[in-house]
Amino acid sequence: MEKEKYLNDLREIKDIMNRSSRFLSLSGLSGISAGILALIGAFAAYQIVYTDQDYQSYGKVTITPESLTNLLIIAVVTLMLSVGTVIYFTTRETRKRNQKIWDYQTRRLLINLAIPLITGGILCLILLFRGYIGLVAPLTLIFYGLALVNASKYTLDEIRSLGLAEIGLGLVAAHFIGFGLLFWSIGFGLLHIAYGISMHLKYRS
Amino acid sequence: MKEILKELNKAFENKVRLGIMSALMVNDHLDFNSLKELLDVTDGNLASHLRSLEKSKYVTFKKEFLNRKPNTKYYATTKGKEAFTRHINAIEQLLK
Repeated sequence: MEKEKYLNDLREIKDIMNRSSRFLSLSGLSGISAGILALIGAFAAYQIVYTDQDYQSYGKVTITPESLTNLLIIAVVTLMLSVGTVIYFTTRETRKRNQKIWDYQTRRLLINLAIPLITGGILCLILLFRGYIGLVAPLTLIFYGLALVNASKYTLDEIRSLGLAEIGLGLVAAHFIGFGLLFWSIGFGLLHIAYGISMHLKYRS
Repeated sequence: MKEILKELNKAFENKVRLGIMSALMVNDHLDFNSLKELLDVTDGNLASHLRSLEKSKYVTFKKEFLNRKPNTKYYATTKGKEAFTRHINAIEQLLK
């Protein structure tokens, strides 16, 4: 009888600590959709970058100003669509859980996600316009991973290991710099889909 | 057994006070409205429990103005955090 009450207390403490400090409405579906969009974007980029090549493996990339513009358009469209679907699925999830979308937890999560992400984004743009194209794919992976690790304190635990995986993949990609797009597709495409599916199965209830 | 029961803190026997302390353990501070939403209680209920925690010096607050509206931020004191940790340890002992 007494024990039951204290067990309940402990459960309540844990629940309140989680709800007050973490953003829990991440939806696995948003990961899956972002991953699929990333794969489509990568495929489109592949068509542009590697068109005039007769072999498929270790590609030396040549990029003209024209194809650079096309690449940037693909990147921006992919990014906006991904962010859009993430927002859509996440708001749906918050509504299901009867929680506010724009509260202290959300803001804290986004700010901590944004700091490494914007730093990396600006750095990549600088490198891109300076002609260091090969570094862009590994660096986006690395900075995205750092952003996830940084933000994982404020959301589901899985985000931390996803971040670590992205960082590792980014470092490998920096070494095998000719396969940048391939690693990028694995990191932003396949990893998102895999994590999305596992989180969807785990938290769907 | 008696020793353990002594460690249990009367201040945290109440659900709302337990909730306030849990939330303030993992957040540096929370304002009145966040606490209210989180715990799903009325203004008066929350205020009276906050006052009782203040009296035990487990919680302090800072009044500020946010867009000219008063905004009260609540913090758990070191004393409050220690007391709460002892309370949880006692519960865990009890459940062993």
